[in-house]
Amino acid sequence: MQTPTLFAMLLLLVLVVYGTGFSRALAAARSRGGMRNLASLPSYYGTHAALWCGLPALILLAAWLVFDDPIIRSLVMGSLADRPDTIAGRDLLYAQIQNQAAGSLFGEPTAQVKAAAERLTSLQQTAQLLQTAMVLVLSIGLAAFALLRFSPELRAREKVEKVLRALLVGCASAAILTTVGILLSVLFESLRFFQSVPVTEFLFGLHWSPQMALRADQVGSSGAFGAVPLFTGTLMVSAIAMFVAVPVGLMSAIYLAEYASSRVRSLAKPVLEILAGVPTVVYGFFAALTVAPFVRDVATSIGLEASSESALAAGLVMGVMIIPFVSSLSDDVINAVPQSLRDGALGLGSTRSETIRRVVIPAALPGIVGGVLLAVSRAIGETMIVVMAAGLAANLTANPLESVTTVTVQIVTLLVGDQEFDSPKTLAAFALGLMLFLSTLVLNFIALHVVKKYREQYD
Amino acid sequence: MTTMTLDAGTTAPAATEQPEQDAVNTNTRVSETVGHPLCDDAKLSMRNVNVFYGETQAIHDVSLDIGRNEVVAMIGPSGCGKSTFLRCINRMNDTIESCRVEGDLTLDGEPIYGPKVDVVPLRARVGMVFQKPNPFPKTIYENVAYGPKIHGIASRRAELDEIVENSLRRAGLWNEVKDRLDKPGTGLSGGQQQRLCIARAIAVSPEVILMDEPCSALDPIATARIEELIDELRENYTIAIVTHSMQQAARVSQRTAYFHLGHLVEVNDTETVFTNPEHELTEAYITGRFG
Amino acid sequence: MTDLSQAQVRERIEQSLARRHRKEKLFRGLGIASIAFGVLAVLVLFTDIISKGSGAFVQTAVQLEVTYDAAELGIDTVDEESLTWANFTGVVREALRERFPDVSGRSEKRELYSLVSTGAPFTLRDRLAANPELLGKTEKVWFAADDDVDTFYKSLDDSAGGFRGRTSERMAGWVEQLAESGELKKRFNTTFFTNGDSREPEQAGIRAALVGSLLTLLVTLALSFPIGVAAAIYLEEFAPRNRWTDLIEVNINNLAAVPSIVFGLLGLAIFINFFELPRSAPLVGGLVLTLMTLPTIIISSRAALKSVPPSIREAAMGMGASRMQVVLHHVLPLAMPGMLTGAIIGMAQALGETAPLLMIGMVAFIVDVPGGVTDPATVLPVQIFLWADSPERAFVEKTSAAIMVLLSVLIVMNASAVWLRKKLERRW
Repeated sequence: MQTPTLFAMLLLLVLVVYGTGFSRALAAARSRGGMRNLASLPSYYGTHAALWCGLPALILLAAWLVFDDPIIRSLVMGSLADRPDTIAGRDLLYAQIQNQAAGSLFGEPTAQVKAAAERLTSLQQTAQLLQTAMVLVLSIGLAAFALLRFSPELRAREKVEKVLRALLVGCASAAILTTVGILLSVLFESLRFFQSVPVTEFLFGLHWSPQMALRADQVGSSGAFGAVPLFTGTLMVSAIAMFVAVPVGLMSAIYLAEYASSRVRSLAKPVLEILAGVPTVVYGFFAALTVAPFVRDVATSIGLEASSESALAAGLVMGVMIIPFVSSLSDDVINAVPQSLRDGALGLGSTRSETIRRVVIPAALPGIVGGVLLAVSRAIGETMIVVMAAGLAANLTANPLESVTTVTVQIVTLLVGDQEFDSPKTLAAFALGLMLFLSTLVLNFIALHVVKKYREQYD
Repeated sequence: MTTMTLDAGTTAPAATEQPEQDAVNTNTRVSETVGHPLCDDAKLSMRNVNVFYGETQAIHDVSLDIGRNEVVAMIGPSGCGKSTFLRCINRMNDTIESCRVEGDLTLDGEPIYGPKVDVVPLRARVGMVFQKPNPFPKTIYENVAYGPKIHGIASRRAELDEIVENSLRRAGLWNEVKDRLDKPGTGLSGGQQQRLCIARAIAVSPEVILMDEPCSALDPIATARIEELIDELRENYTIAIVTHSMQQAARVSQRTAYFHLGHLVEVNDTETVFTNPEHELTEAYITGRFG
Repeated sequence: MTDLSQAQVRERIEQSLARRHRKEKLFRGLGIASIAFGVLAVLVLFTDIISKGSGAFVQTAVQLEVTYDAAELGIDTVDEESLTWANFTGVVREALRERFPDVSGRSEKRELYSLVSTGAPFTLRDRLAANPELLGKTEKVWFAADDDVDTFYKSLDDSAGGFRGRTSERMAGWVEQLAESGELKKRFNTTFFTNGDSREPEQAGIRAALVGSLLTLLVTLALSFPIGVAAAIYLEEFAPRNRWTDLIEVNINNLAAVPSIVFGLLGLAIFINFFELPRSAPLVGGLVLTLMTLPTIIISSRAALKSVPPSIREAAMGMGASRMQVVLHHVLPLAMPGMLTGAIIGMAQALGETAPLLMIGMVAFIVDVPGGVTDPATVLPVQIFLWADSPERAFVEKTSAAIMVLLSVLIVMNASAVWLRKKLERRW
């Protein structure tokens, strides 16, 4: 039986078992003179039986789907006498075998492939059969067990709720699972990368040129993995972005919170929030096609040399993107400063700006700093704008008019397109990803901590 | 000391400033208030004050004078508008978007409201102490030095030091904090914080100090200390104090104004108000029939 | 004590007033300027995109008189087999040569042939397939013009000379000739909405990307909404205050701020390399976006649960309901509008996301409209990225138009979230 059919079958079974459980409870209630003599409502008895029937079987089915392909593959490959040494070679061979099994292989297969394909087909058939049998036996058996154990004293509701609660805990733990997943995926590949490229070279090397020689006699493609130009590029673009976003965002927040009438606020705030809703790829397009040429023209007209893809253009547009982020975080923080402090300053004869600069901002400073740190972490991790507008050249430069490259840009260029998964080139992307994840993690952690402490102060 | 020359029934000075038709009107409106709301040597004079929050009217046609170096207490049940009225005097109500103030308010004969009036020097002249102590999250020194600094009152550091010390002395806080001027003001006890706020207010040498229930968040001992302080401050300043405590009004003020639902019901010598109130509402409040 | 008198103090205050008020004005001006900068940025961005992209919704078409000559086509009857092999290209070329009989020479002819889109033969094939009786007859047919012609003809309107680009003098002459005799027109560009991607700008459309986005979002919604709501319910209604709960909270807040590209790395390493799910598939895209939007949905769902007053819980609890019943029967329905609003906003965020999808191979050049969640597909933002990278000038227009479509969808989503919040959310 195909998996979707099996799934549908299982669903049907669950419904039937629910109905049976429900009607048995109803019958028991009738014979005992009313619902109040049952420990739980009939629907809970139904659900209880249905859970027994469906849940373990579903878990089995899911586990099967995850593990059957790798197991079959290792069985097939293990039976081969003549295996290629490289992972890529093995992948290719297995793909050949699969195609042969599906009957869509071009050209004449070798005898080994032919035999393996037959084995693959038979294994797949056996697996399918086994899967159907095991799932159905498990679900029917457990359903029968649950229905036989039925008694009006059974506290079905409590049992159902226990399962539900476990499900909720599972869902809540998804966040932890995700973090662990991220860590594992970047950490393992990075460790493999650091086996071929020393950590010190990666962290302190000044030259980045990840093109590896495909053939031994190719020129100029030694592959250098010094990430310093990437770090400086990232820092420069982020710094330009913060240079735009922090003053504009902060002043906007101040104006909206302290000066603007409620009418102006209700108009200006949504307009600024539009900036936050625009996808980054749109900003990237805008940066590459409108801002970058504009920057270049302006620079040329005042006698400076500028490349068509510049850190300045990418940084400026990224800054615009981050404005609403800074302003809405600052707005929250400024509004959390108690009105009594403003009253105190105004009551002494401060002007509004003096009140803001000397009392409100110092009081809100921790929160604002936290918000800015979050914004920095966002700037560092921003990808599309820099991919489209900052360039690929790993220049170690302090000139914002030159093209620079960033960590995120390199991750994208290294991983987009068909790559072997094991070359240092692709693994380098994961090492960069690890750096990115760790630095943003630290920034977020500090920022969230600072903001939390700040909130506690005024709550 | 203040002498009452005007009776509620006679023509009030306010009426002479009004057009002829209004004169009668004004007169009757003033006469809504029993007792002696006006005085001849007025530091502050408020005439026909109406305050609105959006559509709702919070103050109905209140006229009141506050004499030089006098302490006037404003009492009444909560929500009667006494705080709103107090905040009109140094235009703190400007900060509330929907709030609108009508009427003639003058300080030493100069208008408080008007297109040409600058609130900055006005608020330097009319200081304010708030219900909840609100020291800035700065050091004790910086809290007191804040006003002189923004107004450019002290030209030298030594001068600033002197102002800070004098203000803290006058607020009766100097001996308690002189060794920890660089500690945050928020670390003081409630009563100390409130005295710090008073020191902060008098550091800019105001002429009038408005106090909005300054002791409502304090314990009895701290309250007693502040009350003593108010009595000392009377020498140099004109003080208007809003209080929810009748005992406090009786202890610190020379005159007492009783507010009821946005109306000024009665103004009289404090002793008269508490011993022999003219208006039945005042009497009902004093005797605790509502509050 | 050398106390300053009140008069002295007042004098000093007066002295500095003008300067202080100037500073106040300046500060306020800076605030207004900041707001103006933000608003200006919105305006410039939108006018730029709209002015670049509105042209893509019309398409230049060339009218040619074609003869379905059986000999030229090399077929005798019209059937599926013959249509596949018929030489429609020859027919189109013949029609072009007939329209401009004085064109001679190889390079000149090649240039003439490039007047119409390379999709022109397919237009003819479709017409003949629909009307087999046309074989041997002659009729006038509108063909999509080549992208260079399209760009040139559209640019004639706005600037005097028009944008030449790759268009030669000779080509420009033909275009003007055709335009004068009414054999050139602009028509609504249906191709843009019915086709998938193509290397030829005039044949490129967003349909495949739109369907890909829809499939990806469906997967995302189906996974992230139930999981997010369940997680929020647990954290808000059941979780004991312990280390595990704290750890979950810290994780959620942190994940909300992790760069999206890192989720792409996760998808590549775990879903594609470990679980060997298909590359470029909406299923994997949806999984990655689920992990990415989960924090947003959990946070907004928790806020919605928090806004349900405790009195409701107490009332239900007082009737003897279990905690699970209280939540499922009373709290959840009341919090649903807020949760839906959060879900829409999360979906809008997911719809605009590009970077993580690049990592899992959704950048492949895909012409076909995906039929299911495991088919190779691309999504609208990635399509925009691909087109923005294309060298042909005509793709600038297409890119901007695709952006307009994407932004319209996003605006509709966000507006409906706002509407939903206003309409359904209760004030307690």
